Amino acid sequence: MPQYAALIYVEDLDRTTDRQSEETKLYAEFGAENAAAIRGGAALYPTSTATTVRVRGGRGGDVVTSDGPYAETKEVLGGFFLLEAADLDEATALAARIPGAWGPGGVELRPVIPMHTSNA
Amino acid sequence: MQEVSAQLAEVVRIEGGRVVAVLTRTLGDLTLAEDAVQEAVLTALQTWPRSGLPDAPRAWLLTVARRKALDVLRREQNRTSKEEAAMGLAEQLRDDGPPEPSAVDDDLLRLVFTCCHPALGFEARVALTLRTVCGLSVPDIARVLMASEDAVAKRLVRTRQKIARAGIPYRVPPDAELPARLTAVAAVVHLVFTAGYAGAPGSELVRVDLCAEAIRLARLLADLMPGEATLLGLLALMLLTAARRDARLDADGELVLLADQDRSRWHSDEIAEGLALLDESLRRSDGLADRYQLEAAVAAAHVAPGGTDWHEVLRLYGLLAEVAPSPAVDVNRAVAVGEVHGPEAGLALLDTLPPMPPLGLHVARADMLRRLGRTDDAVAAYRAALASAPSAPEVRFLQGRVAALIG
Repeated sequence: MPQYAALIYVEDLDRTTDRQSEETKLYAEFGAENAAAIRGGAALYPTSTATTVRVRGGRGGDVVTSDGPYAETKEVLGGFFLLEAADLDEATALAARIPGAWGPGGVELRPVIPMHTSNA
Repeated sequence: MQEVSAQLAEVVRIEGGRVVAVLTRTLGDLTLAEDAVQEAVLTALQTWPRSGLPDAPRAWLLTVARRKALDVLRREQNRTSKEEAAMGLAEQLRDDGPPEPSAVDDDLLRLVFTCCHPALGFEARVALTLRTVCGLSVPDIARVLMASEDAVAKRLVRTRQKIARAGIPYRVPPDAELPARLTAVAAVVHLVFTAGYAGAPGSELVRVDLCAEAIRLARLLADLMPGEATLLGLLALMLLTAARRDARLDADGELVLLADQDRSRWHSDEIAEGLALLDESLRRSDGLADRYQLEAAVAAAHVAPGGTDWHEVLRLYGLLAEVAPSPAVDVNRAVAVGEVHGPEAGLALLDTLPPMPPLGLHVARADMLRRLGRTDDAVAAYRAALASAPSAPEVRFLQGRVAALIG
């Protein structure tokens, strides 16, 4: 069955504080109700903790790190799920139940390349 | 001979979409199906002019396309897991019975809903539907979308890739999703129609009559999904509009305004069918009208036996401004105000509309200024209309108006 990465773009917040407990509860509900389709996922610390890594001069070159996310945007990648679904319609129905899809921001669905065609 | 091959090409074009539909279900791969059918079409266009049209052109095309697809699958079998599809296809070739017509219809409906899936961009939906369902060539689609052939070809490739990779399903959506999905399909059909009716800037360049094509598609959809109010309303709108096509230009190819059109050149059978469909459509939606039903009602008011019923047109544009607001609706509503309450009132309303508007606004302003005797302003408005790339007959009409005013 095809897999989709559901990339959750939301407000750039610390999701470990008490103020986020309501949201955490909603995500726990989503996880419990859709356990059969969820193959993995994680919530991420805010972009203030992010480090972007680039290697100048190609492979083996100088490692250059910079503070912050890859791109500065209003909503940021706050977490992701790896979902299994029969097709895009089914994946869309799942994504619509992710709390991050309800507020500002949204959930980007990206089909995952199956391993057997990735090196074809 | 040329006429015969034109007729053959038309059969190939229309049957081609059905064969793609059947083959896509068997193969589970739209691109592979389209490539195979494309090859079968080329073979048909080389063979049929000599051998004549086969008794069952669809079955002929399907058999050839299946063989082409099987060749491709056998070649690819070693490096990917296409074995299963190849086996299934080989099996089918052995039996080789043509599918039931009703099964072909079901596949065609699946194809339309896949091509018009809301996860695809609007122009991508239009391009893919014209290519895959209607069998239009890439150059023709480029003219409809006013894009380069290269851009259209690339967009088609990207769109097919998204369908395959993102897993856009090949099926008619369940009832719960149908209204929203049907709206997406109707929008594509409507755009094909308006592209055909407006005509490209300059002269008529698209080989296939897009209005007829849109009507054919809407008829097909209305047959396959009987009783859908949106489809009936859309079909009514297109019939009531296209029924006036022969009267829009006079013998010299000059534009004729609706009020001056020779009504004997209107297709009265299409008007009658359109009116009946509109009634049926409104009955089925319990009097709640969507944009196509309202626009169809406007088209019906324009062909009313005693001449355009402007009070009714004004009422309908008021409703349209709520249901489906757009700059074109604003302009048309102001035109109706001008007819019902006089050009001064119409002009006052037009001048409240935001600037940078479509061709219609300039034409409407110019007409009201002309009727108010404000010649210089009218000439300026006609020139503004001329600057917004109208079709060739429209250019001559507007130039004629300017010439008459300058005298």
